Amino acid sequence: MYSLAIIAEAVVNGLMTGAAYALVALGLTLVYGVLHIVNFAHGALLTCAMFAVLGMEQLLGIGPYAAILPLALLFYGLGYGLQRFVIGPSSHGEDRNTLLVTLGLSIILENALLAAFRSDTRSLGGEMGFDVVELGPMLLSRPRLVGCAVALLVAALLWLLLARTDTGRAIRAVAKERFGAQLSGIDPRHIFAVTFGIGCACLAVAACLLLPTFYVNPRVGNAFVLVAFTIVVLGGMGSVTGALLGGLIVGVVESLGGLLLGESLGQLGIFLIFILVLLFRPTGLFGARA
Amino acid sequence: MSTSRLTITRRTALRAGALLPTLAMPGLLRAQPAAVKIGILQPLTGALAQDGDLGRLGATLAAEAINGAGGIQALGGAKVELVVADARSNPEAAVQEVEKLQAEGVVAIVGGFASPICLAASQAAARYDLPYIVDVGVSDQITARGLRNTFRFAPGFGMVTGTALENLVRLNDDAGKPCKTVVLVHEDGLFGSGLARLLQAELPKRGFEVLETIAHPTPARDMSNVALRIRSLRPDLVIPSSYYGEFVLLARTMRQQRIRPKGIYAVLNGAASNYRFVKEFPDAAEAVMDCNHWHDPRSEEAKALKAKVDADGRLWAYNVPLNYSCVKLVADAVGRAGAADRNKVIEALATSDFSGHILPYGPTKFVNGQNQGAAPVNTQVQGGDIKVIFPDAFADAKPVFPVQG
Amino acid sequence: MKARDILPLALLLGALALTPLFASNLLLNFLVSALIIALGAQGWNLLGGYGGQLSFGHAALFGTGAYATAILQTTFGVNAWVGFACGIALAALTGWMIGFLSFRARLRGSYFALVTLAFAEVLRILANAAGFTGGAAGLLIKLEPSFANFQFASRAGMLWVVLACILGVSLLTLWIDRGRFGAQLVAVRENEDAARALGVDVLATKLRAIALSGAITGAAGGLYAQNFLYLDANIAYGTWISVEVLIAAIVGGLGTVLGPVVGALALHGVGEVTKGLLGWMTGVDLMLFGVILIAAVAFVPAGLVGALRRLRMRRATP
Repeated sequence: MYSLAIIAEAVVNGLMTGAAYALVALGLTLVYGVLHIVNFAHGALLTCAMFAVLGMEQLLGIGPYAAILPLALLFYGLGYGLQRFVIGPSSHGEDRNTLLVTLGLSIILENALLAAFRSDTRSLGGEMGFDVVELGPMLLSRPRLVGCAVALLVAALLWLLLARTDTGRAIRAVAKERFGAQLSGIDPRHIFAVTFGIGCACLAVAACLLLPTFYVNPRVGNAFVLVAFTIVVLGGMGSVTGALLGGLIVGVVESLGGLLLGESLGQLGIFLIFILVLLFRPTGLFGARA
Repeated sequence: MSTSRLTITRRTALRAGALLPTLAMPGLLRAQPAAVKIGILQPLTGALAQDGDLGRLGATLAAEAINGAGGIQALGGAKVELVVADARSNPEAAVQEVEKLQAEGVVAIVGGFASPICLAASQAAARYDLPYIVDVGVSDQITARGLRNTFRFAPGFGMVTGTALENLVRLNDDAGKPCKTVVLVHEDGLFGSGLARLLQAELPKRGFEVLETIAHPTPARDMSNVALRIRSLRPDLVIPSSYYGEFVLLARTMRQQRIRPKGIYAVLNGAASNYRFVKEFPDAAEAVMDCNHWHDPRSEEAKALKAKVDADGRLWAYNVPLNYSCVKLVADAVGRAGAADRNKVIEALATSDFSGHILPYGPTKFVNGQNQGAAPVNTQVQGGDIKVIFPDAFADAKPVFPVQG
Repeated sequence: MKARDILPLALLLGALALTPLFASNLLLNFLVSALIIALGAQGWNLLGGYGGQLSFGHAALFGTGAYATAILQTTFGVNAWVGFACGIALAALTGWMIGFLSFRARLRGSYFALVTLAFAEVLRILANAAGFTGGAAGLLIKLEPSFANFQFASRAGMLWVVLACILGVSLLTLWIDRGRFGAQLVAVRENEDAARALGVDVLATKLRAIALSGAITGAAGGLYAQNFLYLDANIAYGTWISVEVLIAAIVGGLGTVLGPVVGALALHGVGEVTKGLLGWMTGVDLMLFGVILIAAVAFVPAGLVGALRRLRMRRATP
């Protein structure tokens, strides 16, 4: 029905979109792996980050790529503070409460953004979004290629951080055995907050990469968050490589599904994958834990 | 909910956030006949806040104009007082606001914007025989229910699509039939799907070949696939019907992918007649055509109003002239009725031949609540501005078609 | 049932039933909206409060009740009361099916919350695309006030119907609370393995809870349809309904009979007041709902009713 060139281009597009999804999902899965909670505020935090990118560009004249480092640091601090002083203390250590507190947070953030920025749809103006790279017959969007590369880099860095650094070891220790880690001198509250901070930093990076080709309004995070949940569940909650592979798979499935079956069914497909995986393989495709 | 009473002379007080009607200056008002209260129901918050704001702007300007010209003459120069209510972008809140407006004793309600809000609010107003004037909502259901209180001054869905098809054929014929193949892109809600079904059935009868119909959800995260399919099909014409965010994504992606059809012809599109899109992405917007609501570009009153809005640094969109005209329609009907009496106002509206509006319409005549004189126009983005290219009686520019890729 | 259990219930509902004697239409309208949410929250509470299964997708049940009530009337010409009863039954069935799928897969905690959310979203997308729901244009019930049509010329009629439903559900909850089923539910909530060891059929208990919960929340949906006479997919299956019933139940008091009613009234009351004071700030009332939810979880885990009860107990035993 379609020529091979078109299908190849759709796959490449899917991989590029999937990389962005994966970056959003990375933060979510990391927080789940360590804190064992589903962070419902993830979408709202992504929206915050996207508005921050817009603000940097429009108020300070700092472009989205230059903003990656400062925003990642800023959101690390924000995430650390949120977990340490809001989510942690108000949940009394119960997973169920954390779920509710993050839900409350998402409601607050979304409506605060609505109050501050109204519901207008905004985007970064300028020519940047139109840049293309010619690859044979394909015209690939340059900002999305950059996004894809940075997403892979961030995933690799995250993996290195978890595997090779003291902080990473502490995070893994707390994730496995909270009390044992405490006995060996690790403060789990600090580690929780660090993990949450890293999750938020991933979101900031994702926002910087998304904005050149996407738009932002106070509800935009919702469009990503259920996809991110699907990826996290598919890849196995808590697995970095799982999130990356899950993101790429979902991106390609969505892209090819959209091309062959129509865009509307593509969205329903994501929810169905989500429900089916939860019902029949809740540990995910790559998850090891039972 | 921010039901705030808005007396035009005290507009600044309201802007500062004063919510309750101030009891000050009763002596000043006593000399005049009682003010006529008109309810303005708009989605001021929530997903449609931008449109609601524009609608309120139009209504406010109309009240200013009426009061500035000495109020409603038939009632001894009675002033118009707007009671603004926030429909919060959902029909449930709209129904509750109708109750509030009823308690405030308004003589009619103008607004709604979205079809669901109009449907629910006009029915709630019908409980009280309260006249309801729909400003934008195009659903044909609105006037098909036989509610005697509900009027729509603007064209409905059927009218707009009929005109859109007719004008497309004429446009193509006048240019020597450059376009034969079409791709339809539409959002998968009822509005987009309904339109696509209609076009799919009607276009082949008029000599066009529909190569493919592509549906997409709202919100859509990505339009690359849609663009890819368009590129592989190489249509002469693309007909998109989507909301703002998605159409902007599509137009940008098409430009990026160097897809240059001979024309982009939108119908009731959320972005194609929107100055925001034109300003932010002038390249993607250039030469995009739309069949939509618009003001009469030859009307002096409309030109002055637009200049005023532009000077205030506000956005001009069709919501402004539509609400402006609807509020004037109500004031005119109250004058015809000779009293702020609901049943008389309903009768006056039903038989109205009001001509003091700023829209490119024929003579006003309501049949089952629908203004038969209403019509959409074709607009085109030309040189960073939005021009009317059809019909000739109202046009202020020649169509640029086919577009030279 | 003792008099002490029934007294607060009778007082609160009795007082509400008398409001039409003096209140304006505006206030009655507010009460009807708040009490419909209260009924939905009572349904959520049965599963979430007593049974400990946190659902983030009760809109799936609310919407099914609402759509069934509306579609049966508009498309099939069924009497509104019969449609309402069918809506309740269908919502119970929907609840049972969601429960059957997810409880059998042993989903608990966050997993259960996520899967219920996904079910509600799937229904929302389907309802938005399907023809028989009216799609994105929504569904309108014709305005024809008469008792047979389940529409009332005065606001008081609807208020009394909603109050009657709340009374019925409260008595049912009280009966469950004191009975064998309630004990089984609480046992499952506290420790599934222990409950199973004691001979409780965990799956059957949860399924009964979610079906009952579906019926009650579905009734709220049906009442919503009859009250507003308009539905679309975002109202019926939107995330916000799921969230609102959850917050009302948690703020009022999980696992208490009157908690959801008190919670819904308090939330809506606070919401209206903030909107009145800070109406120019978009969404300020919703923001406050979020703050209240976090504060309730952090400081008043027993909810308003629980806190009151503790105060009373403290006074009784000095």
